[in-house]
Amino acid sequence: MSDTSLQVLINQAPYSLPQGATLSDAVALVGIQPPFAAAVNLQFVPRGQYAHHVLANHDQIELISPITGG
Amino acid sequence: MTTHTSNADTLTLYGESFQSRLLLGTSRYPSPSVLLQAIDRAQPAMLTASLRRQTGSGGETSQSFWNLLREAKVPVLPNTAGCHSVQEAITTAEMAREVFETDWIKLELIGDDYTLQPDTLNLPDAAHRLIQAGFKVLPYTTDDLVLCQRLVDVGCQAVMPWAAPIGTGKGPINPYALRTLRERLEVPMIIDAGLGLPSHACQVLEWGFDAVLLNTAVALAQDPVSMAGAFADAVKAGRAAYQSGAMQAQDSAQPSTPVLGTPFWHQA
Repeated sequence: MSDTSLQVLINQAPYSLPQGATLSDAVALVGIQPPFAAAVNLQFVPRGQYAHHVLANHDQIELISPITGG
Repeated sequence: MTTHTSNADTLTLYGESFQSRLLLGTSRYPSPSVLLQAIDRAQPAMLTASLRRQTGSGGETSQSFWNLLREAKVPVLPNTAGCHSVQEAITTAEMAREVFETDWIKLELIGDDYTLQPDTLNLPDAAHRLIQAGFKVLPYTTDDLVLCQRLVDVGCQAVMPWAAPIGTGKGPINPYALRTLRERLEVPMIIDAGLGLPSHACQVLEWGFDAVLLNTAVALAQDPVSMAGAFADAVKAGRAAYQSGAMQAQDSAQPSTPVLGTPFWHQA
């Protein structure tokens, strides 16, 4: 892990990404299968913005998928 | 009491018409197959669903559920279950809108983890912000009249008071509060949570409520498919009874067979 890497949480698990990494990189890192939606630091990020959303150190990323519900 | 009937007698929410007055949850069924059969038997207006992190084999489970929803061909009502703050609820709703491709949202804002009672102080703010963002909000709420009125004031075109806490199956625990709500509010109202028996659903429809939202009462029945049908029939019976106008209960007995012409009258 280099000093210049980003430390982020994806669904509460710690990950390391290179500086300048985007949300697209985070999604690819965990290999989540669609359909899913993403939020960074409790703010929704539309699918079309993943490649433009540059991550910052200590960002908290949530990737969530459909499940049953009442 | 204001009636909510029309010639076609469809349930109308936010200008959209539904043939059924039963909304069905999708959790806790013995298997996806049983869920699908229960949906087929109940013919619900909407199916509730949620969003969670994928864990372990969760990806396959999620994909399987997604395919089931597509197969069912019933409109999906995503929920914000588990949200404890207004911002959590808003973000979850935005994520649900993208995943499920719908503006409908069942707003759950939990204020107490033990009773799953809604956060009554912050619910109107969350509802208002979601409506401003273009959502069709169906808020899960208590039976408090003033709270429900505030939800209507901020733009909710329907509200969903509980009958009892989620998953308890107790049926309407405060009939007075619910009937007062029905008397005072004119928006469509869906009884959400706490129903355990078809007779509970029939009862609230008889009182003039517009629909019910169920999950556990069907899913945890010994035969969920049969119970789904029983609830669907009960909802129809309750609605028909409400539209028919029930007689007033009386304290004294009234013979239903005419007395005039009774043979042997007092001869014995």
